Amino acid sequence: MAVDRSDIAKLAELARIAISENTADQVANSISDVLALVDQLQAVDTDGVVPMAHPLDAVQRLRADEVTEPNQRELFQSIAPATQDGLYLVPQVIE
Amino acid sequence: MHQFTIAELTQGLRRKDFSSIELTQHYLDRIARLDKTYNSYITVTPELALEQAAAADKRLAAGDAPALCGVPIAHKDIFCTTGVRTSCGSKMLDNFIAPYNATIVENYLAAGMVTLGKTNMDEFAMGSSNETSYYGPVKNPWATDCVPGGSSGGSAAAVAAHLAPGATASDTGGSIRQPAALCGLTGIKPTYGRVSRWGMIAFASSLDQAGTLTRTAEDAALLLNHLASFDPKDSTCVERDIPDYTATLNNSLAGLKIGVPKEYFGEGLHPETAAHVEAAIKVYEKLGATIHSVSLPHTHLAVPAYYVIAPAECSANLSRFDGVRYGYRCENPKDLADLYKRSRAEGFGDEVKRRILVGSYALSAGYYDAYYSKAQKVRRLIKQDFVDAFTQVDVILGPTSPSPAFAFGSKTKDPVAMYLEDIYTIATNLAGLPGLSIPCGLVDNKPVGLQLIGDYFAEAQLLNVAHQFQQATDFHQQTAPGIE
Repeated sequence: MAVDRSDIAKLAELARIAISENTADQVANSISDVLALVDQLQAVDTDGVVPMAHPLDAVQRLRADEVTEPNQRELFQSIAPATQDGLYLVPQVIE
Repeated sequence: MHQFTIAELTQGLRRKDFSSIELTQHYLDRIARLDKTYNSYITVTPELALEQAAAADKRLAAGDAPALCGVPIAHKDIFCTTGVRTSCGSKMLDNFIAPYNATIVENYLAAGMVTLGKTNMDEFAMGSSNETSYYGPVKNPWATDCVPGGSSGGSAAAVAAHLAPGATASDTGGSIRQPAALCGLTGIKPTYGRVSRWGMIAFASSLDQAGTLTRTAEDAALLLNHLASFDPKDSTCVERDIPDYTATLNNSLAGLKIGVPKEYFGEGLHPETAAHVEAAIKVYEKLGATIHSVSLPHTHLAVPAYYVIAPAECSANLSRFDGVRYGYRCENPKDLADLYKRSRAEGFGDEVKRRILVGSYALSAGYYDAYYSKAQKVRRLIKQDFVDAFTQVDVILGPTSPSPAFAFGSKTKDPVAMYLEDIYTIATNLAGLPGLSIPCGLVDNKPVGLQLIGDYFAEAQLLNVAHQFQQATDFHQQTAPGIE
């Protein structure tokens, strides 16, 4: 299936990636090329086939509900773009 | 010293022919002198390496050191390394100093190995030529106008240029085996779940698996002994006995049943690559193996299924890069949405963005069943092909990639042409099977890779089959022109 500029605008919003007006057509073309490749799947008869999510069909391993991680806030925030008083800073969200 | 294999280095260190510090310094000097040509490292860590080498020498002197103690290794820059930049080949993580070690990095440190540095790679492991790296392309030591393959192109070039005796790598659709083929190395991708993914920056979590690039199958066995571990921190890691992978290297291949899938010898395969693979089959016949034709009828659907599943998983995994907690943040965001959108637009390269967008499309309302669910069903058909084949044969043999190393820029304009580079390797990831590539000849003085695919958790057998080939041939001993 081919996508156009308006599809790209929607995908850009979903993916939270800014795409400029002047590259939208080019992006739409390259995404359409990839979709043309994967459209071969549509012709395959998959009636009754169970979708495969894990190569070994493993199920989620469970563990006891115990604290395993120590608090490393300072270490982790030392690589953040902006923090203050132990909090991550972002542009103001609420007036 | 750089001509020795890892197996030879372990002996030399024990005989005190050289110390780990001397060996490490020798490699650091080579990197400083030669890597300007290849660009195989993103970050070299000389101080850390010499500190680790000094500790290794002490352990060796004490007499109870593990086998690999004192041997240097390079880590693909996808593996987190405490206190060292871990960029994943991306501007997004150019300033990211990892606060912890990946489990496999810990495993090798515990074994006494010395970290030389972090190797170049396609951005977030998305590519087959190393041309999508933020740090520039890596040159193939065999032909510097050609790509080394990808995404583990830096690891492959470093080992091929003797700038490391071995390197870690990761493989989501062929990212270990294809660079191994293009650079004349031994590259193994173990069974999904054999090796911990903890601390390996995620691309497509149901396909990603860590492995190694080395000069020989024996070295791969030595490294896999410490790479494989059960890790409670990776919920998909499998708890299962880990054999000594070196113990069975010398088993006879008499009676081994090798399957050759006819689908791997069709249109698109370079005729001289095919000829070298056919010659390798003759070598195996001489070694006592029997050759059987098998069919993997859904092979042509592997690339299409992969380019739904991998982008879908990548779009979810890479949502964590938001410009808030770590990594790149755009200048002067006007609001939170602008911060997210511009940080990601400016921090990610074109191929990464393309895959995130394709993945977002495949997972979006109205398309999920047609794309994602459909691809997951086809994935099961592809796996079933292998399950059926392994009822008849022990290992599957074919080419690793359709042709030898290609020129820079020859496939960058056409993503789909680049995707087809992995046509023989991708199905293995979809099925979760182990695969390896070993050199089996040269075309125009560029290496050709022979791929061996094993049944689940049959890494020891694969390494045995590869090692026996290397005992009978000398392709693995050939080095790139100009590499002394």
